[in-house]
Amino acid sequence: MTVLATPPAHATADAASSGGTARPPGRVRAAVRFTVRRPGLLLSVLVAALVLLAAVAPAVLAGGDPLTGVPAEKLQGPSADHLFGTDQLGRDVFTRVVHGTSLSLRASALAVLVALAAGGSLGLVAGFAGGFVDDAVMRLVDVLQAIPRLLLSLAVITALGFGTTKIALAVGVAAAAVFARVMRAEVLRVRGAGYVEAARASGVRPGAVLLRHVLPNAWGPVLVIAALEFGVSILAVSSLSFLGFGAAPPTPEWGALVADGRNFVATAWWLTTFPGLVVAATVLAANRISRALDTERGDDR
Amino acid sequence: MARYLLRRLLQALFVLWAAFTLSYAILFVLPGDPVDIKLGGIESTATPAEIAAVRDKYGIGEPLPVQYAKALRNAVQGDFGHSVQSGADVRTTITDALPETLKLTGFALLLAVVFGGGIALLATYARNRAIRRLLLSIPAVGISMPAFWVGLVLIQVVSFQWRALPALGNDGFDSLVLPGITMALPAGAFIAQVLAKSMTTALAAPYVDTARAKGAGRARIHLRHALRNASLPTLTVVGVLAGNLLTESVVVETVFSRAGLGRVTAFAVDRQDIPVVQGVVVLSALVFVVVSLALDLLYPVLDPRVTTARAAAA
Repeated sequence: MTVLATPPAHATADAASSGGTARPPGRVRAAVRFTVRRPGLLLSVLVAALVLLAAVAPAVLAGGDPLTGVPAEKLQGPSADHLFGTDQLGRDVFTRVVHGTSLSLRASALAVLVALAAGGSLGLVAGFAGGFVDDAVMRLVDVLQAIPRLLLSLAVITALGFGTTKIALAVGVAAAAVFARVMRAEVLRVRGAGYVEAARASGVRPGAVLLRHVLPNAWGPVLVIAALEFGVSILAVSSLSFLGFGAAPPTPEWGALVADGRNFVATAWWLTTFPGLVVAATVLAANRISRALDTERGDDR
Repeated sequence: MARYLLRRLLQALFVLWAAFTLSYAILFVLPGDPVDIKLGGIESTATPAEIAAVRDKYGIGEPLPVQYAKALRNAVQGDFGHSVQSGADVRTTITDALPETLKLTGFALLLAVVFGGGIALLATYARNRAIRRLLLSIPAVGISMPAFWVGLVLIQVVSFQWRALPALGNDGFDSLVLPGITMALPAGAFIAQVLAKSMTTALAAPYVDTARAKGAGRARIHLRHALRNASLPTLTVVGVLAGNLLTESVVVETVFSRAGLGRVTAFAVDRQDIPVVQGVVVLSALVFVVVSLALDLLYPVLDPRVTTARAAAA
């Protein structure tokens, strides 16, 4: 399921005509052509790589301390020393954004995992069991989809309280319905297949049929949804963190950084503009990459 | 038709009941006790009599099924209890805040339909491939922008640099423009994506060839033939967006310090004001149910090929 797995049809023809032994160079050429023709995708991969680097090793990109500032250098505009400027306590905004990446990305990933686990298992059980169970689960999914996701997240936060992990849980719960629907549809598609019937007929227990035969053949499209949902989840997590339901103040978190800069919106534009721009660029990159995965899957069929 | 309508009404009632029950389960069964919230938790200096009075007012202390049955009976009558924070009636709190938010979401939805629809029509109408691709890439960007950031950037540029429009408050149409644009951006982008997709499908249909063979012009084919068929999925999206925008107001009204339902909701979540949050959840489920019922009844009118019988079977 990599982006480069299936080169465009004409590229494959090129590789084939240049002789069977020259296949690897042909593939490389096809891969290069595939990327060069999609500058947006190339840029998205670069952005994603930078963001991942910031999440895994923030010190490589920004060596300073995100929590302590130099009061003498407070509220300075962007410069070579301070790429994104400094805030009201003289902290470097770029350093804070870089060091906030890990927390924001982990929360978004956790949200997708929660939605995948909860929604996926609901859909799996509904599709496999059928009958009454299916009806009950799908009515629950209907209701979840009748309430706007942001509001559902807010209700969960009201009950659980504040914090980054709780935000992630709330976003995940709100997204579960989508996964349940896709998973159920896939299980229904796979359930009637010959190999499932064969497994059943040869006496494999229902649980084993579900896990060994149905699940592996049903989860491809669900994983694509997970990729698409990652961008949505970054937006949702940062919105809730902007509203002040995330980590307590000194901790840098993407949405909270924008909220911090709100009081200086008239005098220090860089405090809100740059962190928000990073969120937008990350979401855009995540969406572009997952769309590439999606069409790739479409080509495979 | 009558049977179909009855069935749809029953479904709608079920969704409302389930939304109420689900929010009741999330909000009341999980930790977070109105008594603690109201009287200040462990450090509370409340006397036992005060505690008993609060418990009585919010119906705590009775067995859970009894509490639930009472709450449900009250909710059916439109009574969602009292705000834990202000003590005010939840229904009045919501209906007082609603008009300002309806103005905002209505305006935003209008902008979203006009500009989102416009971009989709232009993109599918353009003959030049570069222009077409450029127009089609705008929605993808619009959908990726955090609304809270778009709002703040608009305030910076339009309100503080150009001094053109007010940044804050609920002061007439001028103060509606920036929050309206902020809210309309992702919604319009979504509408553009859906309409562009269904326009592309519609333009490939055989009836378009027929119309072309009969000598219809490009504009006529696009607007009279393809758009009429492509508009149905978009209508569904607009309906869903109507409910979502009400919730989106939580973020937008916070950014622009506007009074309205969004601020009420944000405040209620912040103070764990459970009855208010539940009232808002049930209201949004009500909006969803009413809009989807209206759309279902509207489809056969707009497209004679859709019959209620077929809609019922789907």
